[in-house]
Amino acid sequence: MEKKGWDGFEIGAMLRSFDGATRDIATTLPEDRPYSQSNSFTASVADWRIEKPLFNKDYCIDCQFCWVYCPDMSIISRDKKMVGIDFDHCKGCGICVEVCPTNPKSLLMFAEQQDEESAIAEWPKKDTSKAKEEAKDE
Amino acid sequence: MADTMELRDIEVWDGNMAASQALRQVQVDVVAAYPITPSTPIVENYGNFTANGYVDGEFVMTESEHGAMSCCIGAAAAGGRVATATSSQGFALMVETLYSASGMRLPIVLNVVNRAIGAPLNVNGDHSDMYMGRDSGWIQLDAYCPQNAYDLNFIAFKVSEDHDVRLPAMVHQDGFMTSHTAQGVATLPDDVAYNFVGEYKPMNDMLDLDHPVTHGVQTEEDWHFEHKARQQHALMTAVIPKIEAAFDEFEKLTGRRYNLVEAYNMEDAEVAVVCMGTSVETAREVAEEMRAQHGIKAGVVGIRVFRPWPLEQIAAALKDVKAIGALDRSSPHGTVGALFNEISGSLFNTDTKAVLTNYIYGLGGRDLTKAHLVSIFTDLKANADAGKPTTPLQQYIGLRGPKLSFF
Repeated sequence: MEKKGWDGFEIGAMLRSFDGATRDIATTLPEDRPYSQSNSFTASVADWRIEKPLFNKDYCIDCQFCWVYCPDMSIISRDKKMVGIDFDHCKGCGICVEVCPTNPKSLLMFAEQQDEESAIAEWPKKDTSKAKEEAKDE
Repeated sequence: MADTMELRDIEVWDGNMAASQALRQVQVDVVAAYPITPSTPIVENYGNFTANGYVDGEFVMTESEHGAMSCCIGAAAAGGRVATATSSQGFALMVETLYSASGMRLPIVLNVVNRAIGAPLNVNGDHSDMYMGRDSGWIQLDAYCPQNAYDLNFIAFKVSEDHDVRLPAMVHQDGFMTSHTAQGVATLPDDVAYNFVGEYKPMNDMLDLDHPVTHGVQTEEDWHFEHKARQQHALMTAVIPKIEAAFDEFEKLTGRRYNLVEAYNMEDAEVAVVCMGTSVETAREVAEEMRAQHGIKAGVVGIRVFRPWPLEQIAAALKDVKAIGALDRSSPHGTVGALFNEISGSLFNTDTKAVLTNYIYGLGGRDLTKAHLVSIFTDLKANADAGKPTTPLQQYIGLRGPKLSFF
C-alpha cells in the first residue's frame, strides 16, 4: 500500500472497505467486489503460515463443512462446490482438515513448501480399519 | 418532532441548566451519560427533556464514564450529533476514550463541570480535570458564568462539527461556582438557537451503507505519526479561525462578544493576572479597585480557549505589561503551574522583559477572595517596579499554615 504523507489521506482513524459506492454487496462475488487497497482482502495476511491445507477433489463430497468452519473465510466455494483455498488469507490453522468428514480426508495439512502435485501423489488411501471399527460399533 | 419550549428572554438558570438547555436546543441525537457531581444535573435535565418530548434523540444510561464516552464515540461514528457531561474522577475515567474521540476525528461535545480530583475525595471546583484533558486533542472552551456555559455550547457544536475541523470540544465551567449558582441567562428561542448551529452534516458515517467504513483502525510506526500530525494540523490551523468566525456570527445574533483571549483593562495595564473560570470575574472587579484605590494599573487576561492554545493572541495581550501573575487552580505536582508554563512559552521569543510569577490557588473549592487578589496585584506591582521577581516564582494563595512557595 502506498505510503502517503500526512496530508494525503482521509481524516480520522478510518479506512474504506471499497472504492466508490457499493450496492447489494452480499450478492456480489468477492472477485467482483471493488475492494479498496486498504481492505485486508487485497493484502496477503498469511506470511506466518508454516503448514498449509491442500485439497484433493477426488474425495470431496461438497458438504461445505470446511467453508462453514474456516475462521478466515479462506475456503473458496462457488455454487456450493468446493473450489480451493485462498492462500493470501489462510493462516494454516487446520480447522478445515479437522472437520472434513470424508475417508480419506479431502483436505490435509502439508509443509508450506510442499508442492501440490507431490502432495496429491502421496495422498493416503481409504482407511479400511476405521471402516471396520465403525461397522463393529453398529 | 420534538416539542418547542417557550423560554423567557431572561431565565434564571445555573450553569448546569444553561448547558442542558443548549443541548436540548441543538437537538442532540445521542446523549450517553454516567452521572457525577457536580455535572449530574446537565444529563439529568436532558433525560427529563427527552422523556417529556422536548428532544428527538436517545438518552443512554451507561455503566461508567468510560462506557459513556465509548457510547458517544460509537454514536458519533454512526453519524449522529452527540454530547455528554462529566466531572473529576469521571473525567479521569474517560481519558482513554477522549484520545480515541479526537484521533477518530469525531465531533462530540463534552460539558466538563470542573472539579478537584482525589485523593482526598472532594466534590468542589478546581481545574484539575480540565488540565488533565489538555493533551487529549480536544478543543477546550472555558465558561466563567452560566451565560457563558449556555453560549459556548452553541459555539462548541458549530466549530466541532465543521467538516474542516471534525474535532471534539469540551465546554468547561467551574463546579458549583458556575454549575450551581443561578443567574440571569439571556436565552435564544429554540429555532434561532438550532439554526445557529444548523442541521448535523454527517461525514464518513457508518450508517451510510453504500460506503462501508472501518472506524478506529490500528496503525503502527508506518502510519501513526502521519495521523497524529494531521490531527495536530487541524487543531492548530483550522480551529482558531472557525472559533473566531463563530464568535463573530454569535455576536451578530445575540450582541454578546466572545474572544479567544478576554482582555480586561489591558490597554494601559502595567500588571496583569491571567486566570480561568469564575476567578476571571473576581479578578476583573479587583483590578478595577486596584486602579481606583491603589493607583495600580491592573489588568486581567482570561483564557477563553484553552486548547488550541492561542499563543500569538496571549503574547499580544501581554506584550506591554511589566509583571504577570499566572493563576493556576490545579496542583502542579512537581513543576510550575500549566498557565505559568504556557505563558512562558508564549512570551519567551518576544521582546518582553515582563516578570512572570505563578500562584496556586483554590484547590478543592477553596475560595479565591478579593483580599487574595489584592495581595497578588501588590506583589506584581513590586515585581514591575523592581524589574525582577520580588517573591518566589511559585506561591500558594489561601493556604493555611506556614507560607508555602517554591523556586
